[in-house]
Amino acid sequence: MTDLTSLTLTEARDGLKAKTFSATEIATAHIAAVEKARALNAYVLETPEHALKQAAASDAKLAKGEGGPLEGLPLGIKDLFATQGIRTTACSKILGNFVPPYESTVSGQLWRDGAVMLGKLNNDEFAMGSSNETSAFGNVVNPWRRKGSNVGAAGTGSVEGNHLVPGGSSGGSASAVAAGLCLAATATDTGGSIRQPAAFTGTVGIKPTYGRCSRWGIVAFASSLDQAGPIGKTVRDCAVMLRSMAGHDPKDTTSANLPVPDYEKAVGRSVKGMKIGIPREYRLDGMSPEIEALWQQGIAWLKAAGAEIIDISLPHTKYALPAYYIVAPAEASSNLARYDGVRYGLRHQGRDIVEMYEKTRADGFGAEVKRRIMIGTYVLSAGYYDAYYLRAQKVRTLIKRDFDEAYAAGIDAVLTPATPSAAFGIGEKGSADPVEMYLNDIFTVTVNMAGLPGIAVPAGLDSQGLPLGLQLVGRPFDEETLFSLGQVIEDAAGRFKVGERWWG
Amino acid sequence: MSVDLATVKRVAHLARIAVPEADLPKLQGELNAILGFVEQLNEVDVTGIEPMTSVTPMAMKQREDVVTDGEIADRIVANAPASEDNYFMVPKVIE
Repeated sequence: MTDLTSLTLTEARDGLKAKTFSATEIATAHIAAVEKARALNAYVLETPEHALKQAAASDAKLAKGEGGPLEGLPLGIKDLFATQGIRTTACSKILGNFVPPYESTVSGQLWRDGAVMLGKLNNDEFAMGSSNETSAFGNVVNPWRRKGSNVGAAGTGSVEGNHLVPGGSSGGSASAVAAGLCLAATATDTGGSIRQPAAFTGTVGIKPTYGRCSRWGIVAFASSLDQAGPIGKTVRDCAVMLRSMAGHDPKDTTSANLPVPDYEKAVGRSVKGMKIGIPREYRLDGMSPEIEALWQQGIAWLKAAGAEIIDISLPHTKYALPAYYIVAPAEASSNLARYDGVRYGLRHQGRDIVEMYEKTRADGFGAEVKRRIMIGTYVLSAGYYDAYYLRAQKVRTLIKRDFDEAYAAGIDAVLTPATPSAAFGIGEKGSADPVEMYLNDIFTVTVNMAGLPGIAVPAGLDSQGLPLGLQLVGRPFDEETLFSLGQVIEDAAGRFKVGERWWG
Repeated sequence: MSVDLATVKRVAHLARIAVPEADLPKLQGELNAILGFVEQLNEVDVTGIEPMTSVTPMAMKQREDVVTDGEIADRIVANAPASEDNYFMVPKVIE
């Protein structure tokens, strides 16, 4: 029998419908794979009993020829999504053993459609990070290794190379999907947290348009930037996932009241005549020739599929990352004010209530989260608000205007590299200067600032044998075009699978 | 702009995060690195530009002013570190 963990989500869906295997069998195979892969630290909570119960219910439905679009498909859920009765921590010590008495809208829609939950996935604490190194549960390991590296392998002998980060903040989601520890995963993206880890692990990730997925029940980081989306093995898998995750929710005032298309129908659709913008500002000084070559390859593939390539300018690109590091920490400092040791999570006693707050928050938040809260507090404080926050929001208007003008001129989507490099080693970046780590998101963060949809699709390997991704950015609420274009890249580049399951 | 030690201390207090004296200089360095990075926004001419308030044009939704939820005090306090009779317990605030 084929290894059920190597199937794509849509292959598994079709296999379940054809009764080639049962939901219990595919859940069992994934539970075993998760248990053997603890060295990757992708899951912070495994819920095998819950999964088997859901799978049995799915089998009963499938036997009657019933079931939703995701019936019996085992998924991983980022620990930022509140799951009713199941511990949710945002991978922060400050949430402790928080057990939500409610379900996030997005995860609830997955269960509505029949999906099975294998457990909660690791992420950077409060989704603040680009390497999954800030999690209170420790680093996630990327299943990919550099060429010639045998790190993590069983047996004796000399160890070559070190473990790589899976990217962040959705590092557990990306690592689990790449390693076959779930068929697909939920993720969230505030500055690149879906697309950058997808690019680092040879998986596909889409951040939909702001407002496409409800934010209700997702631990908030920066409310005007946060969006949920899937990470999957293929473009088609992401299309199927997003259809279930998306949709209007009256409980989120920023949720868009628009019909959700059947995204799978857009996969394989012709891209002939589409106008693809190539923004010159994404060609950075000192950019790796490998990234430049990958970008040119992507251009050639889309051209061969009949798309028209047009050079465009997005003049404010350079200012997106600095503006982000004002807007995002400002919103975070406000959102994270709720962790005060009163209503949930950790509490340290103090002489008075202020000391209780200060000690609780000092111990409960990690270093990166504290830095961002303090930056946010500073830029919002009296006398600095206009100089920092207001100016950053004006710059944001200009960033969005750049895209608006390109789309108004007839551009259907923009093609860029997804990241400035492949995955790097654990501990290699950002220890001396936090900005070094922030630069990872230089190609993705503009998309959040403008609220647009963006997809990262694996497109090649670098000289170390590590996956690299391309990013496509679409018009607001036009995720369908991204799925059509993404499939063209996937067809041309092929899929990128981890060679050896060295972790167990 | 860069922050001095006194400002770091003041901001930590505003953010309700206890920072030991010994950690202040390192934090000051990190905050100044970030503030140095965002400094480049001063190059942008923002005259006459409206600050962004909503990334997608959207009218604020309204709903009937009616009770839609409630009577779940026990679930609301279920995760509290200290509670009694469905009240959150905190150190004495008023003398």
